[in-house]
Amino acid sequence: MPNLKDLKNRIGSVTSTRKITKAMQMVAAAKLRRAQDAAEAARPYAERMNAVMGGLASGLAGSDSAPRLLAGTGSDQVHLLVVMTAERGLCGGFNSTIVRLARQRIAELTAQGKTVKILTVGKKGREQLKRDHAKLFVAHVDLSEVKRIGYDNAQSLARDLIQRFDAGEFDVATIFFNRFQSVIAQVPTAQQVIPAVFEDAGEASALYDYEPSEEGILADLLPRGVATQLFTALLENAASEQGARMTAMDNATRNAGDMIERLTIEYNRTRQAAITKELIEIISGAEAL
Amino acid sequence: MADTMQFDLVSPEKRLASLAAREVRIPGADGDMTAMPDHAPVITTLRPGILTVVGADGASQSFAVTGGFAEIGTGGASVLAEKAMPAGDVSASVIEALIADAQAQAAEAPAEAKDAAEKVVADMQALRGALGV
Repeated sequence: MPNLKDLKNRIGSVTSTRKITKAMQMVAAAKLRRAQDAAEAARPYAERMNAVMGGLASGLAGSDSAPRLLAGTGSDQVHLLVVMTAERGLCGGFNSTIVRLARQRIAELTAQGKTVKILTVGKKGREQLKRDHAKLFVAHVDLSEVKRIGYDNAQSLARDLIQRFDAGEFDVATIFFNRFQSVIAQVPTAQQVIPAVFEDAGEASALYDYEPSEEGILADLLPRGVATQLFTALLENAASEQGARMTAMDNATRNAGDMIERLTIEYNRTRQAAITKELIEIISGAEAL
Repeated sequence: MADTMQFDLVSPEKRLASLAAREVRIPGADGDMTAMPDHAPVITTLRPGILTVVGADGASQSFAVTGGFAEIGTGGASVLAEKAMPAGDVSASVIEALIADAQAQAAEAPAEAKDAAEKVVADMQALRGALGV
């Protein structure tokens, strides 16, 4: 039986843990709001971009003049997986679900005899993938200094990807991130960004005049389209991270509460047992006289 | 003929303006253009410059925009700018940073993209002049 002092210490430590998890939950809730607002604010741009690109791309898809970013290299031998995870832990299964999806994809691609390269965004994914796939890493993007994800972050990542693509380092790039559905549900998602895929808006693109030219616009917009997709993914990921953290910390706070209750009952029982034992000793001592 | 049209100016980070406009002056890549209601549908890329929108009440607002594109359709005009801010809010340091960034890119640009990248730098410098900062 644990002694009273141990129990008391234990209760004290769980209580302070609960305070911390509670505080983290509240911080995550505040950050989640901000992240959601940011994701919301980015939506009109991404939607318009997608619609216009969809129209342009479907008009040019079959032709020979389609830029490489859209048409691809004509092969799909080398795959680049961009795994976007959080910089911090303590957010439930957030990082693991992305990594699991990426692992599955790696296994599939390797089984098909493709070459896989990995670019990680966020420290946690890198740590988890390092064990099995350290050889596949080509680069890492560190966002730990970034407080608020801006379009600049997405743009520099997009520039990096496009440079690698132009240098022939890979044929297909896929990003892995968590799509934010609600505070309790984040859906790990794989999305191909290069060659660019746009949802067909179904808009008749032929109605428009293009300045300077259809090809010129497409060449100018494709890199922006890629950056926009990355930006959306980063924002979704940021919102998901905070959502996941909030849920995880809520659970932790509740568990700590349960634990304190259990420990307090045990503490009281132990104390009572000690008192009873002492009483019995006194009484039997008195009776023996 | 309708005398106003819907105008939206969005950047990746937020929606900067959404109003009924009489005319919109857009710094297109091939030259400035003014869009008024019932303009023929057109999509153009932007160069760094100043975009001016005249609202229904005749008041005009200016925004400094860097690259992006404008879509003028039957329903109105929407401008998707990579970076956009109200012209009055642009400080010298912001524009200096943009110019430096553009110059860095021009220096790195491969030969066939050199002209385009240098044009961006020149446009940025013109933008600085136009803003008077």
